[in-house]
Order: sequence, then C-alpha cells, then structure tokens
Amino acid sequence: MAMLEVNNVTMQFGGLKALANVDFRVEEGEIVALIGPNGAGKTTLFNLLTGIYRPTEGTIEFKGTSLIGKKANKICIMGVARTFQNIRLFANMTTLENVMVARHTRTRATPLMSVLGTRAFKREEEHTVDESRKWLRFVGLEGKANELAMNLPYGEQRKLEIARALATEPSLILLDEPAAGMNPQETASLTRLIGKIRETGITVLLIEHDMKVVMGIADRVSVLDFGEKIAEGKPEEIQRNPKVIEAYLGSGAEALMAEG
Amino acid sequence: MAAIRNGLTAVNDFFSTRVGRILFFVVLAAITLFMPVFFQAAGNVFMVRIFALVGIYVLLALGLNIIVGSAGLLNLGYIAFYAVGAYAGMNLGFLVQELLVGLEFFGEAPENWSYWMLLPFAAIPGVVAGIAIGAPVLRLRGDYLAIVTLGFGEIVRIAITNDIFGLTNGASGLPGVGQTVAPAAGQLWARENLSTGNFIFSKDLFWYYVIIALVLFTIFVITRLDNSRLGRAWVAMREDEVAASSVGVNILTTKLWAFALGAAWGGIAGHTYAYWVGFISPESFNFMESVLIVCMVVLGGMGSIPGVILGAVLITAVPELIRAIATSPALSGLLTPEQAAAVGDYRFLIFGGLMVVMMAIRPQGFLPSKRRARELKPVDDTILAQENQQLWEAEHKHDSDSDII
Repeated sequence: MAMLEVNNVTMQFGGLKALANVDFRVEEGEIVALIGPNGAGKTTLFNLLTGIYRPTEGTIEFKGTSLIGKKANKICIMGVARTFQNIRLFANMTTLENVMVARHTRTRATPLMSVLGTRAFKREEEHTVDESRKWLRFVGLEGKANELAMNLPYGEQRKLEIARALATEPSLILLDEPAAGMNPQETASLTRLIGKIRETGITVLLIEHDMKVVMGIADRVSVLDFGEKIAEGKPEEIQRNPKVIEAYLGSGAEALMAEG
Repeated sequence: MAAIRNGLTAVNDFFSTRVGRILFFVVLAAITLFMPVFFQAAGNVFMVRIFALVGIYVLLALGLNIIVGSAGLLNLGYIAFYAVGAYAGMNLGFLVQELLVGLEFFGEAPENWSYWMLLPFAAIPGVVAGIAIGAPVLRLRGDYLAIVTLGFGEIVRIAITNDIFGLTNGASGLPGVGQTVAPAAGQLWARENLSTGNFIFSKDLFWYYVIIALVLFTIFVITRLDNSRLGRAWVAMREDEVAASSVGVNILTTKLWAFALGAAWGGIAGHTYAYWVGFISPESFNFMESVLIVCMVVLGGMGSIPGVILGAVLITAVPELIRAIATSPALSGLLTPEQAAAVGDYRFLIFGGLMVVMMAIRPQGFLPSKRRARELKPVDDTILAQENQQLWEAEHKHDSDSDII
C-alpha cells in the first residue's frame, strides 16, 4: 500500500471545481513532483492533505488512516509537514524560536512543569534547543539562530520554513514551490537539500515550477491542469508528453517542439 | 509631538541599559515597599488604600495580559472572572469559617485562617468560568470574540444583581445580615506587634503587602510561562494561526490555556479584594472596569510585564492625581473651591483626552514588549511603495506613448 493515497478527490468552491476526480499516490521514500500551470489546483491539493480544506468528494489516506476531517495539527502529529507558497514564518520570532515552535507536538512539558521549573522540563527545553539547532544546521542556517525570521533574505526564509517543517519529525514533507524566487545558485543548493531530506528517510512531495529542480530530483511527476490529472510518469516521459506540452504552451506547440 | 515621542523612546532606551535597569528596580522597590509606610505614618490611610487598589489592578492587568497580550485574544468581559473570584471567595469563606469554629490554630481565631486556606484554590472559580465561556466561543475571532466576552461580563453582573442561586444577596452585596468576613490571620498580629507610637500597622497596609506578594508571584509565573512550550505556542499563534497549526499547535487548546490562566488571576484578585475590603456588591464589577483593565494593558504595552504594571498604576492613579492637583493649596489662588471640584469631576474627561493623545503618538504603549512593538508597527513598506510607483509610471508611460502614436 502506498504511503499517501488520494482517491477520486473533488474539491468544489461554489461553482468552481478546483480539483476533479483526482487520483494520486506517493510511495514511501519517493520524491514526487506535482506540476501544472497556475490555477491548476496544486496548492488546493496540498491544503486538502493538511486539513485546511475538506474535499467535496473522495478519500485521502495516509499510512492507511483517513486524513479527512482531521485538523491541521492532528495531521502534523501523524507525520505530514508542509511549507507554504507564500512564506508563512513567525516573522517576529528568531530563526531558532521558529524551529522550536515546531517541536511543540514532540514535547510534553505541561504549563505547571514549566512554572515549577522541574528537572524534566529543563531537560526537555535543552533537548528542544539541541534538536532545533540540528535542523538549522541541516538546512545551513546555523549561523543565523538569533536573527529575526523577517530579516532573513528570501532564499533563507524558504530554507527556514523547511527546517521548521522537518523539526516536527514528519515521514512525509510537502514543499509548496520551494524554489520560487530563488536565483540559480540558491536553486542548486535547494535541490541538494531536497536530496538530503530524502536520504534521512523522509518522503518528499513538492510543487515546483522550476523544471530544472523537478527534472533533477523527482522520481515521478504528476501533472495537473484545470483540476484534472493529465499525466503521470518519469520526468523524461513527462517532458515528451504532448498533453503536458499543450497544457503549458498551448496547442500547436507540440509541432513547434518537434521541429525545433 | 515629536519631542514627546523622542522623549519616550529615550526613556525606553535608558531602561534597556544595565545601569538604567538596576537604578529603575532599586527606586521602584523602594517606592513599592516604603511609600505606603510613609503615608500610613503621616496618617493618610486614603493613600495606603489607593496603593493597595493599584496592586489589585496590577494583578488584574497582568492576568488580562495573558489573554490579550500573550495570546492576542481581546476580552472585554474580564471583570466577570474578578467578580466570580470575589463572590466565590466570600461564600466559601462563610462556609469554611463555620467549619473551623472550635478548632485551634497558632493562637489566632480559627476562622481567621479562611483567607489563607482558600487562597490556593482561589483561582479555581475563575478557571472554571474561563473554560465555561472559553470552550464554546474561542472558535470566534477578533471582534466577534470581543463582543461575546462583553456579553458574558454583563450576564455575570446581571446574574449577581439578581441574587443568583441565593448566593450573592443581590444589589445590597455581601456580606449580608448575620454574615461576617473574618480578618486574615496575621492582620491582627501585625497591628499589635509592628505598630510603634503613632504609627499603626493598619489593615490596609497589611493587605497592601499581601497584594504585593501576589503580584511578585504572578510576575514569576508569567515569566516562566512565556519562556516555555506554551509561551512559544502563544507567540506563534498570534503571528500566524495557519502556520502554527500546521506545525502541530492545537489552536483551541492553546487559546483555552490563555483564557483559563488569565481567568485564574481574575479569581485570585477577586478573592483577595473581597477579604481586604470585606464588602462586595455588583457595582464594583461593571463594564467600565473591564474597559479600564483593557486600557491598562494597551496603554502600558501589550505583552510586556513592566508595561502592563505601569499602565495599571497610571490608569488607577492619574484620575486621583488630577483631583489632588485641582484641589491642592497651590492652585487655591487660581481656582475657587467650586471650580476645583469641577475639575475633579472632569478628571475622567481629561484622562480620556490623554489616552487619545497617547494612542495617536505611541500606539504600542509606554513600555511595549519588543516583539509586540514590531508586530504593531507597520512593516517598512518603502520597497512596496517604490514598486507601486514604478508600476504606475510604467502604465502611464504606455498611455502617453499611445497618445503620441
């Protein structure tokens, strides 16, 4: 059984069908890319997976348990973490604090323990700091622990968001356009980072427009267009798929591609 | 305006330095500990009472600050928790005093221990009320939550006025006929053993020190909480609820903790007030009081302990100060006694005006927490403005080009 199984999911916003009968799977250990033109429903799918929306129809199962109707924090506890297309950091917290917040579900100290300052509480706090620093090091932000998130350059904010997601100890991480707005250098280092995430045993599902990133690391690519899945397969196959080319470039482009 | 603003910033910066901090705390501790003694020695019991009252408001403002400042939930009915604490304290007190009759404790009359015995549990009625109102309404956001809490405050006040369950004695207040509030153990001892000559260690002075101890305890607890798992969750939730829940913070539970803990201090303050003054009635718990406490938090600086304390001191003390100045002998040449009394009557108007000015020049409050100040100050949007300007120019350039063609 696949780690994540999306079956026949439809999402309707009033008269608009953002997703129509989408089937979708992610196997453990894979890097799967979700691509498609703007407005194809990619982020909607992410929001369905993380409990922000509830699908109009269909089932979503993670490791055999349904995610439908579960709250975002419950889904996080189950092991699905995410980043956001429009970066959503805690802007006025430091880099380290941002990651420490993400340890919330993996720590147990009660308010009473923190007020009394018990040994268990202190030990847990130390552990939280250690873990958080570890993830900052993992994404290459160890030198910026005490900077405010809002003061980081754009590329580093994206990395911090990934570190924060990783600190929740997920088994599946959803990255929403992690390379958006990055320069080629930053994109290259991000691609390496995604490879590193997979090496730790975490499954990756990403939305990405930058084909260099997608073709470089994805094991499998799914293409959405107007809320429907139009293609799925290995990156090379997708690159040659006439339907995909049409979706991105319009009809007739295929002929041009063949000539060029 | 600019001068005032710069002055305030300079004061804030000075208190942020090490020397400034130490000096500030020494002076503050001296005033806090010895001023009431000085007033008592001068026979001015009224001022001692004002000091103790300020202390009660500091407790309330610190409690509300957990809800408004830490968790970012506007609560306009906070006084209800105070009322619940006060009435529960009184009623449980009557009960415990009866149970204790005939027992012996450390030389004091046994019923005198009722305040102290109930103090560890004083938070419970507040917490129960906090959860009762919080659990159903915390799904609401912003203004809606404010309106529901406002309604809750009024419901509690009206219930008390109507002698709910026969526990509140309606508009005439508690204690009713045949009921007495025992003095707290230690009060009589202090009067007998710490008074010298003309100086009497009064009941008000005793309670003032009890309240100060409670304030210190509160500061300790809040500081610990802010630097814990829960404190971080509060900040995260305030900044971005969606992101916070996506990293595993349970928004409802986190809000409920803030509500319950804030309400707990309402309960403690109410219990203490009831025993100190020895009389409570519904008019002490009206909507204006809730508004004043919100003002204390906002004026002083949301989320900042020193700020909130300053806010409570200013809001309780400034109206009294205006009255005192208006009726002072120094101004007797300028103002007739009638005029002075009139100024005294207008003190809330003057005070309201000061608040408006304050909000115009320093919306983040006098001593804001650094984080809160940043949150309330609009982000530097020069880049955005530049971008808009460029877009506008580009568009209009296009227009004029097409005109030429």
